[in-house]
Amino acid sequence: MTDSRMDTAEGDFGGVTSTAERPILEVKNLVMNYELKGGGMVSAVEGVSFNVPKGKSLGLVGESGCGKTSVALTLMQLAADNARVLGGEVVLDGDDLLKLDREQMRRRRWTDVSMVFQGAMNSWNPVYTVGEQIRETMDIHWSPKPTTAQARAKIVELFNLVGINPEMIDRYPHEFSGGMKQRAVIAMALACDPKLIIADEPTTALDVIVQEQILQELKKIQHGLGMSIIYISHDIAVIAEITDLLGVMYAGKIVEIGSTAEVFARPRHPYTWLILSSTPSITGPRRALAPLVGEPPNLLDPPTGCRFHPRCPFATQICVQEEPTLMEISDGHSIACWNHEQVPLTLKVDA
Amino acid sequence: MTSRNGEVRVKVQDLHKLFPISRGLFRAPTDFVHAVDGVDFEIKAGRSLGLVGESGCGKTTTGRMLVKLDDATEGTILIRDSESGEMLDVTEIRSKTEQRDFRRNVQMIFQDPYESMNPRRTIFDTVSEPLAVQNIGTTEEREARVVDLLRLVGLTPPEPFLFRYPHELSGGQRQRVAIARALVMEPTFVVADEPTSMLDVSIRISIMRLMLELAEKLGVTYLYITHDLAVARYMCDRIAVMYLGKIVEIAPTEELLTNPMHPYTRALLSAVPVPDPTYQRPVVEIEGGVARAINPAPECRFIARCPFATDTCRTEPHPGLDDRGNEHHVACHMVGPDGSWNGAERAVLSLRS
Repeated sequence: MTDSRMDTAEGDFGGVTSTAERPILEVKNLVMNYELKGGGMVSAVEGVSFNVPKGKSLGLVGESGCGKTSVALTLMQLAADNARVLGGEVVLDGDDLLKLDREQMRRRRWTDVSMVFQGAMNSWNPVYTVGEQIRETMDIHWSPKPTTAQARAKIVELFNLVGINPEMIDRYPHEFSGGMKQRAVIAMALACDPKLIIADEPTTALDVIVQEQILQELKKIQHGLGMSIIYISHDIAVIAEITDLLGVMYAGKIVEIGSTAEVFARPRHPYTWLILSSTPSITGPRRALAPLVGEPPNLLDPPTGCRFHPRCPFATQICVQEEPTLMEISDGHSIACWNHEQVPLTLKVDA
Repeated sequence: MTSRNGEVRVKVQDLHKLFPISRGLFRAPTDFVHAVDGVDFEIKAGRSLGLVGESGCGKTTTGRMLVKLDDATEGTILIRDSESGEMLDVTEIRSKTEQRDFRRNVQMIFQDPYESMNPRRTIFDTVSEPLAVQNIGTTEEREARVVDLLRLVGLTPPEPFLFRYPHELSGGQRQRVAIARALVMEPTFVVADEPTSMLDVSIRISIMRLMLELAEKLGVTYLYITHDLAVARYMCDRIAVMYLGKIVEIAPTEELLTNPMHPYTRALLSAVPVPDPTYQRPVVEIEGGVARAINPAPECRFIARCPFATDTCRTEPHPGLDDRGNEHHVACHMVGPDGSWNGAERAVLSLRS
């Protein structure tokens, strides 16, 4: 397969703007809080909006606790019992998932949208073969149920797709290496031909060589099957490699969104700019790394105005008082920042 | 604590660690995992060596042997004593007194700041514990010392932190406490095992900078264990790449990154994610993950995954880690004495068009 990062990075499938074809997923102004026992609400997801066009991949990147996984869990309606969705829409192929009841949503999972969780490779049941466990998912969600021959044929096809020897179909999870187990999870996520896959840190626990191989497989699946994928990661280097679009999250909000190529080439939000300035790389000149001072805010009591202002080198009075909303600064590239014009055009190099 | 430049502080020779595979309670083991299998390196005073490799390659075991958390099966580990200036063999340390003296000199920082601290002890207890063990100073003196160190590692103002518990601190703050604890004895040599891999990117950078500053200020020598070559690039003067218990390549950092010679190093480098969507990635041509080195064959360790293996590789013993110029040592039959590549077409590794 040829490297397609360059050619997919272009085009007008902007972050929040509409495109000619209706996006497979539209998330509009999603608000989700966690209610605490002693009272109080943790503002985990605050007014998040993004679109995933058909056949494209979107990355959500941010530090621990920024709400990226909460967004995914809310989309799947798998968030914890104390999660309260206070507003917004999650429109998957025309239907608002938030309006579905439990049973309707259960039927949509795997068939319409499936999820590859962080560390999912450790969730295989050790007493059933991997093939049996994938078959179980198909039995529940296919209608009509697949025959044994159909199921085997499908699993063999999936194993070939994700790069597992089809002979492994009757093997138990302990006979798979970590990378193979993760590939099998991806095969299972594809078993019911979903419209969208959500991959939450799909390669985080894996060694770099295996990680690279799995990222390549996922990219192949996206392009080969026209699959739409949401990637969630703390690792901006991984996101750079596999996504077409990128949303940067901070303290429950998307602060910058656009095509991955554009956001990396011209980061305009101070947070994105600082994160990119502080990511070590094996390529390019060895820059002095710029630290981001301070700690992420407590979401029980988020800062007033812009949630990033206590750590922002460009913060002014307005940032403390008023909350910036996402505004488009160039085609499909939006940011939420009052002072984005102060952000330098080159990455920070500190002396 | 003087650090003469160019003086060797740590010298490891032919280090081995075998872990027996249990066959049951009453049977002697016949199979061994060769976790570390003949490792040699040295680190000069005030410098840092990065030990890089995939999980299970033996890098952590090597680090643990250097601080005597594990005993070596074979080999010598010479570490210069800060007081006498003599090279002491760590593997010869037997008595409690020797052990205690050794710990003044050598410390370790662990990967997980959530698990490396006793949740029921305050920060003051945690950081001052080495002083208590070594019977140094009165309580007041220890408190003053801990305050100084917390300030040094950037926990300011230090006083409010003294009597807090680990759960009240964030991951980055905990790792700073772990660093303060490692430095409280003014060690000359610190083994840091993935000290930033559990931390978020913004906190990671401040810990990396802190460790570099301390190396500068206090002349600490580091063995920096990491799976992340990008981090090693910023932290280390030299990098050693380990594969199944052996160092397969060792060179000054930029030399290794720009001119990797061993096929494994090349594959590893080509797989590192790069924070640049326009980056053209070289092809990764090796397969699969690392196996465990159970009773390994005498031939080259990398042979099963190497796309360039020839009959020489299949018949000769594991190649020596030979100098190819520019302080660049490689263990590969296909690399000539001048560092030239004698194997099959290197084009496989050329950039994708």
